[in-house]
Amino acid sequence: MNENSKHVCMEEASEEELLARLDEVIAEYRDKQGALIPVLQIAQAMFGYLPESALKKISLGLNKPYSEVAGVVTFYSFFSTQPRGRHMIRVCLGTACYVRGGKQVLSAIKDKLNIDVGETTEDRIFSLEVARCFGACGLAPAIMVDNDVHQRVKPARIQAILDQYLDKNTEKNK
Amino acid sequence: MPKLTIDGIPVEVPDGTTILQAAKQVGIKIPTLCYLEEVQEIGACRVCVVEVEGARTLIASCVAPVTEGMKVHTKSKRAREARKTVVELLLSDHDGDCQICVRNEDCELQELARTLGIKEVRYEGEKSKRIIDDSTPAVVRDTSKCVLCRRCVTVCNEVQGVGGLFPQNRGFETVIGPAFCSDLDDVVCVQCGQCGAVCPVGAIVERDQIADVFSALDDPTKTVVVQTAPAIRAALGECFGLPPGTLVTGKMVTALRRLGFHAVFDTNFAADLCIMEEGTELLTRLKKKLVDGEDIALPMFTSCSPGWIKFLEHFYPDIIPNISTCKSPQQMFGAIAKTYYAKKIGKKPEDIVVVSIMPCTAKKYENQRPEMNSSGVQDVDYVLTTRELGRMIKQAGIDFVNLPDGQQDSPLGLSTGAADIFANTGGVMEAAIRTVYEIVTGCELPFDGLHVAPVEGLEGIKEASLKLEKCVPDWSFLEGATVNVAVAHGLGNARALIERVRSGEKAYHFVEIMTCPGGCIGGGGQPRFTDNSVRLARIQAIYKEDEGKQLRKSHVNPDIKKLYEEFLEHPNSEISHHLLHTHYHARTKV
Repeated sequence: MNENSKHVCMEEASEEELLARLDEVIAEYRDKQGALIPVLQIAQAMFGYLPESALKKISLGLNKPYSEVAGVVTFYSFFSTQPRGRHMIRVCLGTACYVRGGKQVLSAIKDKLNIDVGETTEDRIFSLEVARCFGACGLAPAIMVDNDVHQRVKPARIQAILDQYLDKNTEKNK
Repeated sequence: MPKLTIDGIPVEVPDGTTILQAAKQVGIKIPTLCYLEEVQEIGACRVCVVEVEGARTLIASCVAPVTEGMKVHTKSKRAREARKTVVELLLSDHDGDCQICVRNEDCELQELARTLGIKEVRYEGEKSKRIIDDSTPAVVRDTSKCVLCRRCVTVCNEVQGVGGLFPQNRGFETVIGPAFCSDLDDVVCVQCGQCGAVCPVGAIVERDQIADVFSALDDPTKTVVVQTAPAIRAALGECFGLPPGTLVTGKMVTALRRLGFHAVFDTNFAADLCIMEEGTELLTRLKKKLVDGEDIALPMFTSCSPGWIKFLEHFYPDIIPNISTCKSPQQMFGAIAKTYYAKKIGKKPEDIVVVSIMPCTAKKYENQRPEMNSSGVQDVDYVLTTRELGRMIKQAGIDFVNLPDGQQDSPLGLSTGAADIFANTGGVMEAAIRTVYEIVTGCELPFDGLHVAPVEGLEGIKEASLKLEKCVPDWSFLEGATVNVAVAHGLGNARALIERVRSGEKAYHFVEIMTCPGGCIGGGGQPRFTDNSVRLARIQAIYKEDEGKQLRKSHVNPDIKKLYEEFLEHPNSEISHHLLHTHYHARTKV
């Protein structure tokens, strides 16, 4: 993922600008084996989600049938075709996290943000998803916000965790 | 050459042979479902599992190669029970309304359940979501019948190179379908129906129009005429248990007459007409290029196959100028039936109903294209596939196998052997060469039996070159010229051939493309099941039909000559252009 971060740009770029940048990414990957998933990952990082315009461009650019591109996008829960918030919260409900209270953590986040799994807050700051295991079972329950793993999360700590991202968010907007 | 035993029977087979193939050699049939010989061997469904001594798990025999000393048990308790469980699980999520399913008694899942002796399904649970997609005129998808075998995906992607279908979502939510489970009509689909032709169940079937045709026949105000494509006569018998390659032309005519059609005509007549128009178009293009120095698009590609037309409109719109402007024989027939024939019998085009019997599902789409209304109304009203005609004959209680032979009616029923071979890959090319060669040189094509052997058969891409000598004065500019032709069938091969043309690797003058493997005899509307041995049997039957004809060149068909004298004037005339030619549109690639 880190390798892809150079393409991530959280400043407001228009969809046209992003599509032009996507062209460059496609050109870079066109002749590589197994290009589809990395290009989809980069595109999602760029747009925040995978809009139809980007997916069709990827299909044409990589010479892959659109049905196959869609098949890969719908196979992996990581990919989303719905606009996402600035920060992605993933709550682990793998076995260890589940038995150590992952479900309560999830429900606390839902209450705080007033959204359901798969949804995005109205201000487009947070999106919420469920995940299965980040490999942090020893310190369960775990959640991920963007690329940060938060361990031994308790419902009472949720607000504090979310606030960190709200602060970052406000700073960026200044 | 590994030696092994299968159920105690010793067998020696070449390296790389699968357990399934080796078992077949010693007369053991291991049941399969997702397996499609030479097309898809992926071991996905697990129906073909066998027990191998020393192996921890059961093994999918369709993908596992044999090894030296292997001891295989195909009917051990463990293997039998595993297969049964696999099929029971499939049945637990399958819409099992067999009695009203169009594939009843022609269903591989039904057959499998019977063969394995399944009497009850022990698993009850959630059913996956049912999506019925009847968005296209050609085929209907019903996901509640799908067994996720992926045969359609492999055929659509690898054989046809279209890529309209792919597994969407994951696990229990998996749907085999277009991108994001949208409708087929909203994506790139050429409506060739090869997906339905390989579907083991009723998940992809042709859109059934039998009821519409019965209604038309019941309507006393309509004159209902029928045309049958060249490929029907070599395949329809299979719907009644006759072996592939049985010619049933005469029985087919009698059956159609007994169904109540007012006139039984022949698409073959229009195929002869098509050769006159397309041959003339080719010669005109060559003349414009070579004599007038005009910038004319060559090679010229054939335009008879509507799946191919839609394919190129999506993927290769830049070659539209290269596509013959000739309509397909089906559409030429409709336009002539509703003008020339209508006038002859004193009817208005709207009082005539033209029904086509086609080996093809894309024809159900072609007749609804907005360009296909040259007579002032839709030129061809209903298209039935070979399979639908088979069902219609059964519904009417006609004992097909014991019917006496009948003969097509005049004036749109007489055809030459050149028209018959339109059914086979390479046939349009051969028919065109028979006529064009004779027009240019004044002599009959000097090949054994009038056959252009290099363009016949199941090779994916075929080529031939023809030297023109002793040309008649009108065509003297072609003296000594070598005409290069190529033939491809199956759209994957068409892609490869187009790339060959584009790269400049080979310069052709005329190229025949057929959408389906084998040509129309292997069409998406033909009786199941079609593999290469069935294709070859039908191909041979068609050549037999051709060789049995007195007239074997389109330009000697007396009724075609009469049609030009009385109505069309000459090939590529203004009225021909209005009725028999068309144009194409670029479409999106995704």
